[in-house]
Amino acid sequence: MQALSGDPKIYASSAAAFFAGARSAMTSVYVVVLIGTYIGLGALAHDVGLSSVWMMASTIIVWAGPAQLIIISAVGTGGSLIEVAIAVTLSAMRLFPMVVALLPMMRKPGTRLPEMLLPTHFTSISMWIESLRLLPYVAREHRIAYCNGLSSGYMGTAVVAGYVGYFLAAGLPPLLASILLFLTPLSFFLSTVNNARQVIEKIALVLGLILGPLLAYWQVGLDLLWTGVIGGSIAYAYGRYRRSAS
Amino acid sequence: MKEAMVSLGPYFVLILVGFLPNEVWRLVGLVMARGLNEESELVVWSRVVAIALLAGVIAKLILFSSGELAGVPTPVRIGAAVIAFAAFMAAKRSVFVGVLAGEVALFAGAAWYAA
Repeated sequence: MQALSGDPKIYASSAAAFFAGARSAMTSVYVVVLIGTYIGLGALAHDVGLSSVWMMASTIIVWAGPAQLIIISAVGTGGSLIEVAIAVTLSAMRLFPMVVALLPMMRKPGTRLPEMLLPTHFTSISMWIESLRLLPYVAREHRIAYCNGLSSGYMGTAVVAGYVGYFLAAGLPPLLASILLFLTPLSFFLSTVNNARQVIEKIALVLGLILGPLLAYWQVGLDLLWTGVIGGSIAYAYGRYRRSAS
Repeated sequence: MKEAMVSLGPYFVLILVGFLPNEVWRLVGLVMARGLNEESELVVWSRVVAIALLAGVIAKLILFSSGELAGVPTPVRIGAAVIAFAAFMAAKRSVFVGVLAGEVALFAGAAWYAA
């Protein structure tokens, strides 16, 4: 873990910033989480009869655990192409506000659109949480390189873990499989708590934890979308109110 | 899906139902974020919406689990998350310690129920 204090760090070159990002990926708790998650996904891909190369390709081009879980399990349990596509796109909506919140952190005057394509594709929950935490300590001109390094570290780890899981498949006992599956919600939960330092972030977090399961239980359509919009808007409105009151 | 994998080819299906419906939201974000800075109201709002949405995903994954995790009783899953949070706070906000405590609690709880 690097010390999080002082002025934004200026690196000798973009390459140095990239490798600093990759190094911080390797020392973060998400490496353990990604290994656990992707061993599980790789094992599942094996069980439903997909190839190991397909598994690795899906990690690189989809790069979203929930979406990959939907596709791979649908091969096993059935479901039409259109049903799977809809389920994937509903699970992917979360990426939209994440990208909007993240990209302005790394852009500077003169940054061209093509430079933003890679960070856009790399956007995932783990990368987003870590980028929001670490980028303020990186000089603005090196943030894109740093973020690409961080994401490459994560993606490389996930690709390898998926491949390993594919060949471990047969020997994975149910209790171990459930422990691996529990890694994702547990680590995201604690990291989100850890990152929510402002009052409006804490409000959004608590409202999301309550509204998510409640709206799903009430079988409200697009429950996660509404959870985000309602919980986030209440928190945002409170922030506006506080700013105008002070 | 299985038939489509054979008739269309597994990689074409991956792009059709995996890459495209997933990537479209990232690209919408890329377009929306153009010209905005960190202090923009839309960016502040997006950030809290993303946090609330993420919290919703987390709570649903714990309460309505799928796969092998669904075989672990719900009270054990909730209890493990609470223990993880307590350990996280006790260890001066260490995510690593919290995750470890939660996993140990899940293992112990699941093994106890199974016995």
